Amino acid sequence: MLRLYEAQLRSRLLLGSARYPSPAVLTEAVRAAGAEIVTVSLRRESGGERAGQGFWSIIRDLGVRVLPNTAGCHSVKEAVTTAHMGREVFGTPWVKLEVIGEEETLQPDVFGLIEAARILCREGFEVFPYTTEDLIAAERLLEAGCRVLMPWGSPIGSGRGLNNLFGLKALRARFPEVPLVIDAGIGVPSHAAQALELGFDAVLINTAVSQARDPIGMAGAFAQAVAAGRAAYVAGPMEPRDLAAPSTPLIGKAFLR
Amino acid sequence: MRILVNGDSREVGAADLAAALEELGYGGAIIATAVNGEFVPAGARPAARLRDGDELEVLAPMQGG
Repeated sequence: MLRLYEAQLRSRLLLGSARYPSPAVLTEAVRAAGAEIVTVSLRRESGGERAGQGFWSIIRDLGVRVLPNTAGCHSVKEAVTTAHMGREVFGTPWVKLEVIGEEETLQPDVFGLIEAARILCREGFEVFPYTTEDLIAAERLLEAGCRVLMPWGSPIGSGRGLNNLFGLKALRARFPEVPLVIDAGIGVPSHAAQALELGFDAVLINTAVSQARDPIGMAGAFAQAVAAGRAAYVAGPMEPRDLAAPSTPLIGKAFLR
Repeated sequence: MRILVNGDSREVGAADLAAALEELGYGGAIIATAVNGEFVPAGARPAARLRDGDELEVLAPMQGG
């Protein structure tokens, strides 16, 4: 079982709710993924259209936990205010905290992130910080009160997989007891399997599912990859080596010429 | 008075935030509000007086990654 704050979860696949071809496809993709946590956001609501109300009823009907994000926030104040608004609307202390530092890569501003995390943890939020693989930033986030970290695999929506394997492995090794969720950049199920094989506790996927030709089929593929990756990690993968090592024993081999 | 609602200029007669939201069509909606960049919790809306030129943000659940 995966434990994130007080929640005990069977699924290690968290799913984003953005950019699906239709609400019906989103619903089916969440089911096919077996996801128990779905990320959501807050956006401007029109008093005439009230589009958010319909979206919220779809999410509520899924019966999953929601993880509200602060996507698009560039300052500490903006992120903290958005977190407050999300807590009221979604009725959860959970927040996926994003403080974006740079537009091209959407790289987290870890300085602002740590400051915002400190404020929100003090106020009783359960913070899921979207961060990089930086070890010192991770240390500071844990000091601030975060009990889960969400390092990026590669830039949001890029589908490039685990960009800095060395850094991510170091992060896993440095914090063996902290739940680590790879958030962002996963493009195909093999990337997700790799993350779980390395001992990451879960992955958060959005674009790779919602922008697939068949999002429901892709959600199922990710569920299998995550299960396989986790099973492999538990089973203990072999150490890679540079040269060949015969798998068939040489002892007792016939002497033929 | 004229206020900005999600960036659009709107004329409202109501003097407080709760009444303004009703007037603007948000009655009964699941929303969160901020005035001039400061979060106003639902319970504080009736007491939140609006002034000409105030900037109101009304947010609702939306898709997110």
